[in-house]
Amino acid sequence: MAGLIAYGAHVPYHRLARADVAATLGTAPGRGTRAVAGYDEDTTSMAVEAARTALARDGLRARIGQLFLATAAPAYLDKTNATAVHAALRLDEHVLAADMAGSVRSGLGALVTAARSPVPTLAVLSDLRTGLPGGGEEVMGGDGAAAFVFGGHRNGAPVIAELLAHDTVSDELLDRWRLPGAPASRVWEERFAEEIYASHADKALTAALDQAGLDRRAVDHLVVCGLHARACATVRRTAGTRPEAAVPDLTDAIGNAGTAQPGLLLADVLDRAAPGEIIALVVLGDGAGVLLLRTTDALPAHRSARPVAAQITAGSAPMPYATYLSWRGLLDREPPRRPDPEPPYAPPAHRRTAWKYGFVAARCEKCGTRQLPPDRVCACCHSVDAMADEPMEHIRGTVATFTVDRLAHTPSPPMLVVVVDYDGGGRFRCQLTDATEADAVIGARVEMTFRRTVTASGIHNYFWKARPVRTGEMEGTQG
Amino acid sequence: MSSHGIRDRVAIVGMGCTPFGEHWTRSADDLLVDAVGEAVTSAGVTLDDIDAFWFGTQASGVSGLTLSRALRLPNKPVTRVENMCATGSEALRNACYAVASGAYDVAMAVGVEKLKDSGMSGLSGTAIPGAGDDSRGEITAPANFSLLAPAYAAKYGLTKEELKDVITRIAWKNHVNGARNPRAQFRKEVPLERIRSAPIVAGMLGVFDCSGVSDGSAAAIVVRAEDAYRYTDKPVFVKALSFVAGPADGLLDPEYDFTTFPEVVASAQEAYRQAGVSDPRTELALAEVHDCFTPTELVLMEDLGFSARGEAWKDVSSGAFDLDGSLPVNPDGGLKAFGHPIGASGLRMMFEAWLQLRGEAPPERTVPSVAQGRSLALTHNLGGGPGECVSFVSIVGSELTE
Repeated sequence: MAGLIAYGAHVPYHRLARADVAATLGTAPGRGTRAVAGYDEDTTSMAVEAARTALARDGLRARIGQLFLATAAPAYLDKTNATAVHAALRLDEHVLAADMAGSVRSGLGALVTAARSPVPTLAVLSDLRTGLPGGGEEVMGGDGAAAFVFGGHRNGAPVIAELLAHDTVSDELLDRWRLPGAPASRVWEERFAEEIYASHADKALTAALDQAGLDRRAVDHLVVCGLHARACATVRRTAGTRPEAAVPDLTDAIGNAGTAQPGLLLADVLDRAAPGEIIALVVLGDGAGVLLLRTTDALPAHRSARPVAAQITAGSAPMPYATYLSWRGLLDREPPRRPDPEPPYAPPAHRRTAWKYGFVAARCEKCGTRQLPPDRVCACCHSVDAMADEPMEHIRGTVATFTVDRLAHTPSPPMLVVVVDYDGGGRFRCQLTDATEADAVIGARVEMTFRRTVTASGIHNYFWKARPVRTGEMEGTQG
Repeated sequence: MSSHGIRDRVAIVGMGCTPFGEHWTRSADDLLVDAVGEAVTSAGVTLDDIDAFWFGTQASGVSGLTLSRALRLPNKPVTRVENMCATGSEALRNACYAVASGAYDVAMAVGVEKLKDSGMSGLSGTAIPGAGDDSRGEITAPANFSLLAPAYAAKYGLTKEELKDVITRIAWKNHVNGARNPRAQFRKEVPLERIRSAPIVAGMLGVFDCSGVSDGSAAAIVVRAEDAYRYTDKPVFVKALSFVAGPADGLLDPEYDFTTFPEVVASAQEAYRQAGVSDPRTELALAEVHDCFTPTELVLMEDLGFSARGEAWKDVSSGAFDLDGSLPVNPDGGLKAFGHPIGASGLRMMFEAWLQLRGEAPPERTVPSVAQGRSLALTHNLGGGPGECVSFVSIVGSELTE
């Protein structure tokens, strides 16, 4: 049986209150908050975090046959972004990693492609929604990522949701567009596309339900996603499903994460759906797409360790709007009088891919000492070339000592730095992120997270940081 | 294999040291020429009399040409050395060994650094080229050394406020000393409260917990001990030179607790062995130590054996290391008040030992211990940071051992 075998979501820690935007700019007050990718996050790093959660179960990584990264905000053009995700996940080098990048609809594309692939496929949906200050894109947008593994084809991992049917309608439609490099997308008069989307959704839903031999009343969870909020509301209201089946879109709490929104909403439903329930995922954008899933008895035992709701609850107190603007590059602040950050160099980064992306340290085969970063000579017994790979991304640790560096170059000063002693041995000094100075204390518990540390000379640098272990979320990944 | 030391085999017979500070109108070349000129005058020689040069700089030039070009040296051997903030000490060590080996009669060690031309805050010119992959988590120097503070406080049961008082007193003491030093970068006493409430740079460290960023140069002339009195009535004899580059495992090994520099302990023990010193606290007349940041000086008091483990904070508080204390530490103001032009600092420390042992320091900062009969001085210079550093310890004396 084929179907969904794993999923995970990443909701960034930071929040922006819409009221603060209104207070700063003197616009009409909005309610709620949006999720904000950290200054050290982009669609690639968020994709890694979501995928790590999805692949937390033992043995899953080895089953992945291909990986698609869908985003409307790719960290790079020309260069593949999915390969960074592939490297961070330590997938086999023969696993295809490719981007589906540029349009919000690529999220639907990745999900459908994964769902009907003949090999187990990881689809990662990641987006970072931005816009001009005060605009609807900025206030109602959100950032986040979600990852899904479809597979279970031959005696594989248990399927947690069967794919009953899917259908797509494609339509060349000028309702939203953005020239490459433009800061925000532009939108045609909303009412123009509303009815068109309602019609597309109806066609796709009808087709999918017909394939599955189901009635609309059979749908237990109706998830409607898309950047056209008005059309989404219409479809939710007129789809013909039971009223209580309509799933809230989380926009009040985290905003609309565009490409990733279908993923975040589907993950949220999977976090709480009972076995044997029917989920209809309806995605609007340049047409419509529908995936019909039925949860199985395996779902409760294989839910994500980091539920969407828990990540929403664990979010920070709202950040100042000025901080948001400077993180987004919309407020150009005075840099410290320090040398410009060093860009990564291609050869050392490539030589050390396992360490830099995979956080693979070394364990001495002679004396058992863990060593981060990996080197040829053991720091303890001095054996040479007796090192075995020691993946560390899932190991938690305790802060041995710390500092707050107010001189260092960082997009969000001051830089928090901790020396982490890992459970089971090994030590590493790194940045502490998603945290305040109060979190940097001796004895604090931390876990590792994949981040974009800096962009210098037009090159992104990715590496791992520590973040506080917060209550409400279980261990992120287990390798 | 063993380390033999060169106790009493060589002597320093001339030294020079520029004022340290913000030399906007002077280049590294200018500073070199001044320090070298003062040194040769002090020894009563000319540059022609110097057989070989060891030149230390971290970032203000590469190769021996930086020195030979500035001085227009006529085809002499010039070796450029670098060992982070201990670069000046490394130049001296090599010059001493060259003379002790018999290869040369007269050698000169020169150190220089020009930091203020960069326009950056802190020791920006000294960034260590990394792999460029963030795999080492580089942080600024004050942040690196500030890692000592919470660890020391936690281990010995001090509150953050108590520890802040201790490091504040270290800065205060060094500024008191520097105020009496015409060559120091900062020549004003600073009230305790101003130090304590200064803007924070990193961790617990305020602006006054950090050494100054300055320009400067210093030089020393080294000859065989038996030749020393041909140049001066008051030579300073080298008793011990000890240098270690640590295994840099403190950032890998959870056993390391950030309250010590094991490299300093190792180099100090070796220096005491070479010099035959058994109780440094009572045998030394003074110590010049690497107080790059105030918690560094605190920890060094224990690593160098001046205080028992966990007790340095009490000795600091009671004034044991003040100018008139039982062991004056950094009587010239230290890196704190003197500033820290990387390549010059190790030789600047030796310059203070030279002045004090010869009775040539200004009266207002002359240590009483020399008049009381102590004739040994220690200089300590380190580069790197907690967990991975290089450490140099010298012991010099104004008298030959029997």
